[in-house]
Order: sequence, then C-alpha cells, then structure tokens
Amino acid sequence: MTSPAPLVPARDGIVDDVKAAIGDAFLSAKDAVGEVSIDVARERVADVIRILRDQFEYQQLMEIAGVDYPERPERFDVVYHLLSVTKNHRIRVRVTTDEDKPVPSVVPLFPVAGWLEREVFDMYGVLFDGNPDLRRILTDYGFSGHPFRKDFPLTGYVELRYSEEQKRVVYEPVKLAQDFRSFDFLSPWEGAEYILPGDEKAPQQPGAPTPLKADEVKK
Amino acid sequence: MATNATEIWSEKEAATTGATESQIANYTINFGPQHPAAHGVLRLVLELDGEIVERVDPHVGLLHRGTEKLIEYKTYMQALPYFDRLDYVSPMSMEHSWVLAVEKLLGLEVPLRGQYLRVFFAELTRISNHLLNIGSHVMDVGAMTPNLWLFELREDLMNFYERASGARMHANYFRPGGVHQDVPLKLLVDIGEWLDRRLPVLFEDALSLVVDNRIFKQRNVDIAVVSKEDALAWGFSGPMIRAAGIPWDIRKSQPYDVYDRMDFEVPVGTKGDCYDRMMVRVEEVRQSARIMKQCLAEMPEGPVASLDRKVVPPKRAEMKQSMEALIHHFKLYTEGFHVPAGEVYVATESPKGEFGVYLVSDGTNKPYRCKIRPTAFSHLQAMDFMTKGHMLADATAILGAMDIVFGECDR
Repeated sequence: MTSPAPLVPARDGIVDDVKAAIGDAFLSAKDAVGEVSIDVARERVADVIRILRDQFEYQQLMEIAGVDYPERPERFDVVYHLLSVTKNHRIRVRVTTDEDKPVPSVVPLFPVAGWLEREVFDMYGVLFDGNPDLRRILTDYGFSGHPFRKDFPLTGYVELRYSEEQKRVVYEPVKLAQDFRSFDFLSPWEGAEYILPGDEKAPQQPGAPTPLKADEVKK
Repeated sequence: MATNATEIWSEKEAATTGATESQIANYTINFGPQHPAAHGVLRLVLELDGEIVERVDPHVGLLHRGTEKLIEYKTYMQALPYFDRLDYVSPMSMEHSWVLAVEKLLGLEVPLRGQYLRVFFAELTRISNHLLNIGSHVMDVGAMTPNLWLFELREDLMNFYERASGARMHANYFRPGGVHQDVPLKLLVDIGEWLDRRLPVLFEDALSLVVDNRIFKQRNVDIAVVSKEDALAWGFSGPMIRAAGIPWDIRKSQPYDVYDRMDFEVPVGTKGDCYDRMMVRVEEVRQSARIMKQCLAEMPEGPVASLDRKVVPPKRAEMKQSMEALIHHFKLYTEGFHVPAGEVYVATESPKGEFGVYLVSDGTNKPYRCKIRPTAFSHLQAMDFMTKGHMLADATAILGAMDIVFGECDR
C-alpha cells in the first residue's frame, strides 16, 4: 500500500514520444512520484501544447501556475497542467522566464487560458504575448506590484479603510501594531544558517571578550 | 399614455440632430458585487441590447485573501485550516486535496479506517454542498420553498460536522496521514438513520416541487447549452462537464482513498443546459448517499491516522505518559514535519469539480509554493459565451447552475 493519492495510470513511453514529436523544443523531462513533467523552450511552448493536444489527446488545460525562484537568472517558472480525459493521464509542461521576456499565449488553443494567464500576470508580472485581455484579475483596481513574488512582503505595502471624514475608502501605508514575526523552527542541526541569540561559540559573533591574563594587563 | 419612453426619446433625438430615425445604443449595467443572486461578491459588467445580453465581463477577486502566499509562511499542518476557508460551502472536500498532496510527496500510508472516514465525510460534504446549490439555484429562478426545506437538511449535516470535528463549518478535520480523531459510534448510527429516514423523504419532497415544474423548466431547459467540445476547451470539470455529456469523474478514473472500493454511478447530462447541470447534482446526492451507506457497512476498526510519529502527532493522553511522545508532540507542533523536495499536482473531485493543489516543496517544513486550482475560475470565465444571446434574467439561472463560491474562486 502506498499513499492514497489519486491513482493516475502510467502512460508508457510518453516522454520519448513527446520528445520525438516536439524536436528541439524539448529541454528535459522528469518522471517523479508518478507525474511526468517536461521542460520546454519558452518560445515554442504554444507549439508544444498544440502538439500535446492534437497528437497526444491532452484535451484539457486545467491549470497554469507561476513559481518564483528569485536567485535564478530567469526567475519564474510557468507551469501548465494538461489532462487527457480519453487516455486518463496528466502531464506537466514547464517554461522559465523573467520579468521582461514574454511567454507565447495559449489562448488560441485553449480559451480557458485567458484568465489563467491573467492570474499569473497579476501575481508574478509574467507577460504573455498574444493574450487579448491581459488585465489584472485578482488584485484590487489600481493595485501596483506583483504580490506572489518572493520579494513582496506578506503584509503588502498599503492597507485600506473607510474614512468617515472623506466618505470614501482611503489607502494608507501598512502600519503594524507589532513587528511582523517570522517564526523559523528549523532545527539548528538540520541546516539553519542563522546564529542563535546568545550563542557565544558561534564563529561570526563572539560573545564577551576573553579576560586578559594577569601579565597581559597594561600596568 | 399615447407615447412611450422610446418615442419621446426619439423625438428629442430628432429635434436635436435632425434625424428622423434613431437607434438605441447598447448599454452597460453593473450586477453586484452586492447582489443576492451573485452568490457572494461577484461583479458582472453586462453589456445589454434591450434585455438581451451581448457580453459579460465578470470581475472577480473581491474576496482575494492571498491564501497561497499565506500558506508559504506556514508549516504543512498550519496550512490546512486555510482550505476550509476556500470553498466554505464544502470545507472537507478542500482539505482532501491538500492532505492527499502532502501524503503523495511524503509517500505516507493511511490506515483503512482513516481513508473510509475521509471518503465518508467527503461525500457528506458533497451532499451538503449540493443541497445548498440546488436550493439557491431554485430560488434564483423564483421558487422559495425548496430552498428552505433543503436548508433544514443542510442544518442536520452541519450538526454532524460539529459532532465529528467540533466546528459547524471550518472543520479542520482531515490531517496528512488520516483524520484528526475518531468519530463516536453514535454519530455513525445517527448519520445512518438520517440517510435512511430523513434525507430521502425531505430531499425528494423538496425536489418534487421543482423537477417537473413548468415554470422551473421554462427557466432552465435550453438555457446556456454547452457542447462537449466547448466543455473540454474551457476546462470544465465536475457536474459541469458531466452535464455536457462527458462521463468524467476523478473518483472513478483516478480513484483516491477507498473510492476504488465504492460502487456508485456517474450521472451524465444529455443536452448540457442548466436543467441538466441541476439534475446531475440531484442524482449525485443520491449516489453520495449510496457511497456513505457503503462506508458505514464496510468501515473497519483500527487507527484513524497513520502511526508514523514523524508526521502524525500523538494524542494528548499518550503525550502525558511517554517522554518520546512528548518530544514528538513538541517537535510537530513547533517545527512541523519536513516534506521531501519535489512537486505534485493532486486533483480531487470536489462537489464543484476538479479541485487541484500544485505543491512545490523544497524539503523544509514549509511549502515553497502552493497553487490552488479553483473550479470556479474556468466555469465563471465561460459565462461570457454561455450567456451571450440570452435574456438578462437568465444570467442568474446560469450563474446558479454553475455553483460558484467566491472563497474558492478568489482564494
């Protein structure tokens, strides 16, 4: 018995078949915990998804997810999840991009991608080339910034309230009554990088100076 | 009155512009965000030609709370209550996707009783969700009584929720590894009694008022017909795709927990209109009751959660007795458990359709990224083409038959 997660039957040789069909757009593939993911070239993603839909019967685009890795040169992953209802299989297609390089839109292939791409744009600032309606979708009217980027603070920058004097909603910078606390409970012997407060033996942060010996004291 | 408003308007127009004939331009109205038929905080910008809807632009996000970002700052167990607050009409179904995703990355086994309890409560949640949706859909098109009767049933289910988990809505009952605690035998007996005696009577009674009702049919039959091709292209799932005639149910095709042991049927629509969508849900209530009865008959004794103490904390009584249990308890409620690095996309059949969790782990005690795939996003997006050419009053029927909850849509 293994984990009770949804049992998706394996599709034999799917990685090799897709690799042969999409040619040089193929970068790498991974088959982990029963899920197939394929990394492809950003410029070719619309072609790849068309091939997957038309030749491999992945009829449904269920999800487009953004992921942010700020330390990478191309910091964003854009991850497409496709589902085949006839072959009963799921596949994941991934491209990388950054703030400026647009990803080709898949709206002409899947109309559902319209809002999904809008969400990735709203949350991460990834541009989609060819999306006819790339407006913000989840954030407030007139919002600025992309909140799901790792460098965007959890508290945000502005808060709003109804002002009784002005009879309208006003935006103000966030004021926290208590400093934002980020609890890090990672065990120190399992890779924590920080220095515990008061750790006198930590190399970078010496504790109280060692008392001088009697003969070193200046007379 | 001899002259109506149009004539007055055109006379004025003729006087100012010198034209003898005038055209009435399309106009735009705002529907919501505070409208009882908007099922929450939906703002629709409707472009109308007379009473015919030309274009719908749904504005969502008024309930956006940044759940996915909040989860990145929480341990895996602390993230669970956020799922109750997504689709607050069917909380346990939301938890289901999350615990399955975490278990898949951990490769964690779940004892059989835990799996049965999860399926049992997921189906109870499905009934509860459909009771609300059927009732409010019926009310949106003009019938009041069934809604009140169905709410009475839903109230019973809320009480069952409370007896199992301690909370009427935000249950926080499922856990990675099983469920939080075992249920009392009396609760199972009472639910069995309810399934036999109360549900069939009240549910069929309420539906007998609408199912063959002429007015109800006039409002729903042939409204917003969706073809199989459209349903696939627009990413439909759940009752929406089944009403379009595609027999797709994740519980059958990609079974999770003990659904592979369950014997139930998947209702499918023939036309793909609002009436089909509603009737698919009606039949799903009956099938869910069937699954629940099977669970009651087959549920084995045993632990309700995994005994892997590196993931599932020990019970308090044990903690008071054993030093090792105390250590595990402390570590799991402060640091939490570590999930191996990797990524999974786990989708379950929530009452509204495919509810997925795309979880990226970097090997620490907190998720690196948790993308939630709401069902409402793709359904609501399709509202534009579904409503085009229908009357303004049909917009509420279409919206009601979509079953949208904004906690889930906006996250």
